[in-house]
Amino acid sequence: MNNKLYGNLIFELSKEGRRGYSLPANRFGNYPVPKELQRKEEAGLPECDELTVVRHYTNHSSNNFGVNNGFYPLGSCTMKYNPAIDEEMSAMPEFSNLHPLQPHHTVAGAEDVCNLLSESLKAITGMEAFTLKPYAGAHGELTGLMIIKAYHESRGDMKRTKVIVPDSAHGTNPASAAVCGLSVVEVKSRADGTVDVDDLRSILDETVAAMMMTNPNTLGLFEKSIPEIAELVHSHGALMYYDGANLNPMLGACRPGDMGFDVMHINLHKTFATPHGGGGPGAGPVGVRKGLEQFFPTVSPYQGNFAVAMRAYAYILSLGKENIKMVGPLATLNANYIKESLKDVYELPIDGLCKHEFVFNGLKDKSTGVTTMDVAKRLLDYGYHAPTIYFPLLFHESLMIEPAENESKETMDGFIEVMRRIAEEAKTEPDTVKNAPHNTPIGRVDDVLAAKHPIVTYRQMCNNKQEQ
Amino acid sequence: MNYKYFPHTPSDLQTMFDKIGVKSLEELYAEVPDSIRFKGDYELPEAMSEIEVRRIFSTLGSRNKQLTCFAGAGVYDHYTPAVVNEIVRRSEFLTSYTPYQAEISQGTLHYIFEYQSMMTELTGMDISNASLYDGSTSTAEAVLMAVAASKKCKTVLVSSTVDPKILDVVRTYAHFQDIEIKMIDAVDGATDKADLERKIAEGGIAGVLVQQPNYYGVVEDYEGYADIAHANKALLIMNSVAADLAVLKTPGEWGADIAVGDGQSLGISMAFGGPYVGYMCCREKLIRKMPGRIVGMTCDNRGQRAFVLTLQAREQHIRRQKATSNICSNESLMALFVTVYMSLMGKQGLREAAELSYAGAHYMYDKLIGTGKFTPAYNRPFFNEFCVKYNGNTDALQERLINEGFFGGIKVADNTIMFAVTEKRTKEEIDRLVSLI
Repeated sequence: MNNKLYGNLIFELSKEGRRGYSLPANRFGNYPVPKELQRKEEAGLPECDELTVVRHYTNHSSNNFGVNNGFYPLGSCTMKYNPAIDEEMSAMPEFSNLHPLQPHHTVAGAEDVCNLLSESLKAITGMEAFTLKPYAGAHGELTGLMIIKAYHESRGDMKRTKVIVPDSAHGTNPASAAVCGLSVVEVKSRADGTVDVDDLRSILDETVAAMMMTNPNTLGLFEKSIPEIAELVHSHGALMYYDGANLNPMLGACRPGDMGFDVMHINLHKTFATPHGGGGPGAGPVGVRKGLEQFFPTVSPYQGNFAVAMRAYAYILSLGKENIKMVGPLATLNANYIKESLKDVYELPIDGLCKHEFVFNGLKDKSTGVTTMDVAKRLLDYGYHAPTIYFPLLFHESLMIEPAENESKETMDGFIEVMRRIAEEAKTEPDTVKNAPHNTPIGRVDDVLAAKHPIVTYRQMCNNKQEQ
Repeated sequence: MNYKYFPHTPSDLQTMFDKIGVKSLEELYAEVPDSIRFKGDYELPEAMSEIEVRRIFSTLGSRNKQLTCFAGAGVYDHYTPAVVNEIVRRSEFLTSYTPYQAEISQGTLHYIFEYQSMMTELTGMDISNASLYDGSTSTAEAVLMAVAASKKCKTVLVSSTVDPKILDVVRTYAHFQDIEIKMIDAVDGATDKADLERKIAEGGIAGVLVQQPNYYGVVEDYEGYADIAHANKALLIMNSVAADLAVLKTPGEWGADIAVGDGQSLGISMAFGGPYVGYMCCREKLIRKMPGRIVGMTCDNRGQRAFVLTLQAREQHIRRQKATSNICSNESLMALFVTVYMSLMGKQGLREAAELSYAGAHYMYDKLIGTGKFTPAYNRPFFNEFCVKYNGNTDALQERLINEGFFGGIKVADNTIMFAVTEKRTKEEIDRLVSLI
């Protein structure tokens, strides 16, 4: 890529008078917008011809790394292959041209998709009803907690203000609780990485609204005490919330409904292969056990991210019942294979079978000074996306690896080899690792500078230049 | 495995089993209590080939009626230039994750910076975040933001001319945080300024929420609203249809503190309700109160300009239960969509499309009134959407229009219909619709 020409912002390619659009002529007659309704200052948008725009974004895309580019072992994110057929189905004009407020009898096919997807999700999770309204995983968590709070309030039980969350939980769990007006109590993990049931017992009382869990948890470990936990929580009148972040390894193995969960969300962009799109759109349908559907809140106006639901349904149809139940076991097989192949050089704080992902606590040999950050950045040089780093917070050097079920043995062997090479480099040429990456479009960025003097628009950038 | 998404051959499986020390896939789940193991078959159809999947969707698609759209109410049938879809489909964008690894995510970070820049230009505000889910949730987040910024007050005034669908979502969020929503009356389809002054004087108000154009299509006069809000230590939140801001006086010019809304009108297909993109812009002094991701400029260790996710100390993964928003993503791909759209349209094209929509709507309005069967619902200026009263059976009329291939507006009251026109609608379509009345 020619960085001089294509490293620009679109604003820097703008030239007055160029245009990249064509519109029909006005045949309606003279209807000018009255001056008093109009903006005084014109919007400073770029003026570019069509080819300039095409090249600009095409070249910028080559500075990105997606699942279609290479292995993406990003723990807790389930970066599985996003099938092309799903994209094509979701873009069908018979669906994409529908206005969401069209009368029911004109959108029967779209409503069928919503119902069929809901039915499929019910079958896969053992839940009784689903709402497709939530737009994302975090939105689903919030929706689920709203349902739980409304349930307690409907019984006149107003004192339930707390949510129990494991100390290994993702940050959205406590944040969703807070946005729902609930306070958070953390339950400790045992040395084996799973919830400390004794600690849970000591926390539980009549002020607890719900317990939020992922299973397997964020360490990739199955919470085998789950039947006991569910019974304990229920016996105190609280509900069990299943964070569907880690549903993938449960396909073909275990249903949240059977584990004793009352409310759950699913990340369609993880388990059901819809693309992450650089951070969204996702979709976070929420499922509940019987009787709770009456508490579905209005968290969005229509049927959520419908085009995402279309993709998920196409994925379910493609796999069918026989292949969906292979997803969990194969993802789990892949994770264990990488773990076993690297645990002699990377520190595995909790040994044993993992599910779809596992966490190393950095390199085994800590004497080199090479950190998890360095390993992650060095991986970029070798053409791999980095694992999730510094999460979960239980360890100082967390390196969380999740290979999806689509990854071949050869892909993983290549990754394993590179991970071993980096461990070797940490000893023989630590500076190469500490200063990585070297082969990427840019090097390590100055985060402190960005946060200290935030420049978040082109206008600020120009003003800043003038000041200097 | 013999399935196209699973690459494992029998010999791969065996090698991997040996490495792990298990004999079967089953054994990988040894710790799962037998009582909760799922042993049956999912109640789902069997696997389908691509040909069969296509057939299913084509059958489902044929059950939808393709209508020429004269409806809006927050979702508009604007045109998407071909280039936009071509770029957005590029898998380097489509299949990437959140740009945490800045070194291999400059594509995403670059366009989000451009998106933020364009949205602030469009709204006349200082700062934009990297986008939120949609217009309704971005409005709800703005209400939470106003309450968090005020620290003391937990009541927000909302104009009765705000879209009831947005209001429902705002109410949902507000309910769970014990935020009180009080409505400001409307007069002749516009916010009653005197009622605002009365209610804000009662005290305890954290924010005032208005919409422009409002739900009924009316372009309201919000002169003085910001002063009233600020004199009472409240923030002014303005929800706008993004595309209309190419021409209309901006939230920034009205003195708003937070500008929110849906970016769907910037060429995103209606797609039965989503995905769209919620925008949120604010004054510079509020930047650390704003929810959602923000991309900022910095440099790398090679001295090059670079972009990176910044101000993350505001976000949930750092703040956990102290967070005021649980947002942990943005509607990134849809932000790319509107960024490419605005790059192509530019300042001139965006204005032209808006003016064409305006002209079409006013032509249609004149035609409808000219039939003698419609009367104006309000005596107010409008942009590309308007309400008219029908002196016949509204339901029967709308059904007749559907049978003729038109989605003939939204019924907003017993005999009031709201029509919307975009640059996609032609004079012939309008004439034909009017001839059916």
